[in-house]
Amino acid sequence: MGALRLWTVDQQVALLFVVLFGVLGLVSGGAALVALREGDAGALARRQQFTRDLRAVWLSAVLFWAAWVSGPVGATLLFGAVSFLALREMVTLMKTRRGDHRSLLLAFFAVLPLQYAMVATRSFDLFSVFIPVYVFLAIPVLSALAGDPTRFLERNAGIQWGVMVCVYGLSHAPALLLLVFPGPGGSGRGAFLLFFLVMVAATAQITQELASRRLRRRPLARLIDRDFSLPAWALGTASAALLGVALSWITPFKPGQALAMAAIAGGAGTLGDFVLQALKKDAGVRWWGNTSSVTGAVGLLDRVAPLCFAAPVFFHSVRWYFALKAA
Amino acid sequence: MSRADAFGLLLAFIARLITGAQGHWKGCPPTAEQRIYFANHQSHLDWVLIWAALPRDLRAGTRPIAAKDYWTSGRFKHWITREVFNAVYVARQRTDDQDPLEPLVEALQHGDSLVIFPEGTRSAQGLPMPFKSGLYHLARQFPQVQLIPAWIDNVQRVMPKGEVVPVPILCTVTFGAPLTLADGEDKAAFLARARDAVVALRPGTAPERGPRPLPATPEDGR
Repeated sequence: MGALRLWTVDQQVALLFVVLFGVLGLVSGGAALVALREGDAGALARRQQFTRDLRAVWLSAVLFWAAWVSGPVGATLLFGAVSFLALREMVTLMKTRRGDHRSLLLAFFAVLPLQYAMVATRSFDLFSVFIPVYVFLAIPVLSALAGDPTRFLERNAGIQWGVMVCVYGLSHAPALLLLVFPGPGGSGRGAFLLFFLVMVAATAQITQELASRRLRRRPLARLIDRDFSLPAWALGTASAALLGVALSWITPFKPGQALAMAAIAGGAGTLGDFVLQALKKDAGVRWWGNTSSVTGAVGLLDRVAPLCFAAPVFFHSVRWYFALKAA
Repeated sequence: MSRADAFGLLLAFIARLITGAQGHWKGCPPTAEQRIYFANHQSHLDWVLIWAALPRDLRAGTRPIAAKDYWTSGRFKHWITREVFNAVYVARQRTDDQDPLEPLVEALQHGDSLVIFPEGTRSAQGLPMPFKSGLYHLARQFPQVQLIPAWIDNVQRVMPKGEVVPVPILCTVTFGAPLTLADGEDKAAFLARARDAVVALRPGTAPERGPRPLPATPEDGR
């Protein structure tokens, strides 16, 4: 550990990726070996689910690496593109009308690029209020000018919510990369922070899913998610918190702080996923992924949902606690 | 690669970025057989969407129908329909000595596949209007050509009438099983059957089995 501290921040981050891809490679290799064994239908379905999850983890790991390698501009563009695709999916599931055309154009072609431009230039003060304050006014104004009062509140609330989740929420992930901490090498530490966030959010999600399958407790809201129960959620959050303590050495946090931050991020991520389940049920989507019976459900939104909800909570907790200023 | 090919690739990329242009091949695989695709018509983007949903190597041999007077009036419009899409031009004004289907027949004899919108015009929304008889005549003259019904979903939300900039919303093109004209089948009956085949492909009408079916909600009964 002592020698590691002498390395530059970039070398440390590079080591982090070597370890990450090494572990993923081992897991994939193991999964391929297990797939050779025969099993009953239940085991097969579980394995398929696991393969899908693993592929999503690989995808996000590569994305994360590409974001770090390509620097602030690349990271912003990359997450901007993911944001665009997620918002496209979300809007498809909404019941928009002709009168929403201009508001949607605003959301896709003005709000989204502007929000990410603010991330790239590290204008974090404006970035935090742009969508909740200014866009919040602009969208209903444009919608009202279109002159269609049918379901006005519902349509505008939907668009604002979609922009909040897919643009505002997700844009906090590259913002973490660009956060500057006091001290030497403070500007490169963001990569560790994003890694920390992704790891604890993913751990909370996976633990919660495993726990709900094992525990089979009474679900909190049967009509929304038949698996989501309070003990499972608490276990997920607790595992995130423990992992946070174990990873605290790569972050600017002390172990106690890491525990709290990881619990916040993990808990927010799993709750965000739970909320997305409700949206899915409302839209009549049975299954994200290409085989869905509803146009628009391609499964990207589902994968980034925990991050969309966890990133802003985590980002603002960190920024508030450390009283960080934009550099 | 020619300029037209490059422009075609760019156009297909934009179509996929904005709409996804996912092709769902439910009733037939995407193969290089000679086919007539017939679909519902709701927007100017319909043709581009079907074209982008086709695999790249099928695009060159699959041709749209374009109104001659409109699509040859400007240099760019003429270039894009002729060089990029390889469109079949038809005259909208009917002259006494010419069969309006003649250019289509010529293209089919040449071995090309066609995409036609048998409603003749764009329907505002919802279900397609009754089909025009051209499809029946082509089916009778070319029994060896496969007739593939297709449903284009969601495209009217991408670009409503009167707007010029498309909004990114996912669209799908669902291709169904080939239809054949039965022996001695009546024209009206065939056209109604063809229309039903298109409508039956609408997403949500025939729910598929997913790994986790929805539980029945108590609200359903009320």
